[in-house]
Amino acid sequence: MTQTAVPPAVAPAAAVRRRRARPSWTGWGFVGPFMAVFALVFLAPIAYSLWISLFRTQLVGGTTFVGLENYQRALADPQFWSALGRVTVFLAVQVPVMLGIALLVALALDSGRLYGRDFFRISIFLPYAVPAVVATLMWGFMYGTRFGLVGNINEAFGVSLPNPLSPDLVLAAIGNIVTWEFVGYNMLIFYAALRTVPTSLYEAAEIDGAGQWRVITAIKLPAIRGALVVAGIFSIIGSFQLFNEPSILQSLAPNAITTYFTPNLYAFSLSFSGQQYNYSATVALIMGVLTMVIAYVVQLRGMRKEA
Amino acid sequence: MTRTTRGAAFRGAALVGTLALTLAACSGGGGGDVDPEAAAEEGGELLVWAWDPTVEPIAEAYMEANPGVTIDLVNAGTGNDQYTALQNAIGAGSGVPDLAQIEYYALPQFAIGESLADLTELGADELDGTYTPGPWNAVQQGEGVYGLPLDSGPMALFYNAELFEQHGIAVPTTWDEYVAAAQALHAADPNAYITADTGDAGLATSLMWQAGGRPFQVDGTDVTIDLADEGSQAYATMWQQLITDDLVAPISAWSDEWYQGLGNGTIATLVTGAWMPGNFESGVPEGAGKWRVAPMPQWGAGESVTAENGGSAMSVMEASENKALAYDFLEFASAGDGVALRLEGGGFPATVADLESEEYLAEESEYFGGQKINEVLSQAATDVSEGWQYLPFQVYANSVFNDTVGQAYVSSTTLTEGLSAWQQQLTTYGNDQGFTVE
Repeated sequence: MTQTAVPPAVAPAAAVRRRRARPSWTGWGFVGPFMAVFALVFLAPIAYSLWISLFRTQLVGGTTFVGLENYQRALADPQFWSALGRVTVFLAVQVPVMLGIALLVALALDSGRLYGRDFFRISIFLPYAVPAVVATLMWGFMYGTRFGLVGNINEAFGVSLPNPLSPDLVLAAIGNIVTWEFVGYNMLIFYAALRTVPTSLYEAAEIDGAGQWRVITAIKLPAIRGALVVAGIFSIIGSFQLFNEPSILQSLAPNAITTYFTPNLYAFSLSFSGQQYNYSATVALIMGVLTMVIAYVVQLRGMRKEA
Repeated sequence: MTRTTRGAAFRGAALVGTLALTLAACSGGGGGDVDPEAAAEEGGELLVWAWDPTVEPIAEAYMEANPGVTIDLVNAGTGNDQYTALQNAIGAGSGVPDLAQIEYYALPQFAIGESLADLTELGADELDGTYTPGPWNAVQQGEGVYGLPLDSGPMALFYNAELFEQHGIAVPTTWDEYVAAAQALHAADPNAYITADTGDAGLATSLMWQAGGRPFQVDGTDVTIDLADEGSQAYATMWQQLITDDLVAPISAWSDEWYQGLGNGTIATLVTGAWMPGNFESGVPEGAGKWRVAPMPQWGAGESVTAENGGSAMSVMEASENKALAYDFLEFASAGDGVALRLEGGGFPATVADLESEEYLAEESEYFGGQKINEVLSQAATDVSEGWQYLPFQVYANSVFNDTVGQAYVSSTTLTEGLSAWQQQLTTYGNDQGFTVE
């Protein structure tokens, strides 16, 4: 940085202009194709959403400019807040459980004491390869109290398990599906990070007489903190965007999963059942900003610890 | 599928022939630059969105009769999925089909959005009297006709006769008897339920309709919603008893569990539209011979009033560039040769002539143990209570039914409270959308 800053001060003004202008155009030439695609598929939809969120289209009366009215409405919308509250609870409970299990499995695989390590690794990862839609349909079937697995257990053991798809339990039931789906994925991130830890550290620890627990807390966990932060951010985004699972289970539990069960489902219902595209765009944008803020805070915290 | 005999097909064809002649005579007089038949001769391409499987043979028959016409039939999803796609296409202003299948409850929403062509200019007003009042009223909005009926769904009571016999329970003729039968049945066999329901807006509104409730009144953009009127409350009170005593199986309609339940004696009755027999035959093979059809239970002893449930029309889209040709195909499908093809496919006709034909009435259904079910269903079609209106935003209304009324199925909320919450949400939505809702 400082090196490039020195020569211009010495060189004549004309040379400076030439040197500055040429590289900038060449650079754009390389970046151009990317920027074009980026603008088209990332910036344009966001800009368009922003644009339509400033209007209101009615079935009767057409489209009018309403400024920030949609945002005002969203911030005072109890359905929006209840959806947000629900995914926040989901985030607070499901994400730690899922990442905890993933970490445990990754450490177990990495310990080298597990018999049939490759088999476990692949079978734990396998659910991630099952499309979310298929996984949800499958779990939805198992949750059935009449003909599903829950029904079979009730019948076989003469117990009466509560219906997982009742309003009180449906969030937990969805959490279970999501955990099942993503433990393998997160495990792989952690496991990959663990494999990069130089073995010399373990040897040193052994010489120093450190036990397994000490090795985990003093070497392994600090070494994969970056991976933990990344997995955490992915999970936060995933929780806030919860959509597939509730959307599919809705047909099995229409009264437990409302049209505003999660913010994404709410935006979807607003737009596709209610034709409130403008308001739907507003909800989507607010959720986008919220997700970004929270993910950023987590990232900052994660980085600070590392430093 | 096996229900329609060859005789019926012949009779249908004969009828249709006469009808076509009459219409030809009529449209010859009208003329003008929008002559459907001339358009059919000229040929062209049509894009049709429909999920009903019987539309395909109709399209093929039409193309055979009119070699110049190519019909591209697309299944863009069933019901709501298709409306979503249609709404998107309309919004985008491209990819809108020439014709789309639209259920009666959704028709006002598209009509008020000016997405559908008024068919009176194309000669639809001449079809007055061709259809039973239920579906014919449903395709009209104000002065216009915004679609032609494909089928209709006058309601009847489908019941598992074997189950009723086994437990010595009489088939209910009134709703009071229905509740009593529900209790007796569930007491006799804890695994058996009178019916299955997890909150179905279509069923709820149909029962209000039969009870004389007219919760939705629409006059242009002035909308009145009163889900506390007498008929609506009669429904709420009666159905609440079934919910409170756990007499309805918590199984969603059209789910795998539901089909199984209909076959294995878990679900004893279904009060639904006359289009149901085809679904029984294809979806519930184990039920063959067990099920029968009876008139819908009544709100007062000795009455005979029914309502419509489901059924769909096909509409010409306003965006279509070939409305005359589209209308010609539509008329073929709805009132012409297409009707016979639809009957063959197990559909229930909306056309008076078919419903009244002796051959149709005398048909014995093998699935329903040789019962002449068309007699019951045809009678149901003539008993449909008049004056019902759907909201011009019924698609939205039905989508939030479970958010509000549905809570009565899973919590201590009552149906009456649920209906009041529904009304509140609909009022807010309607006013937001520029209607004047009271």
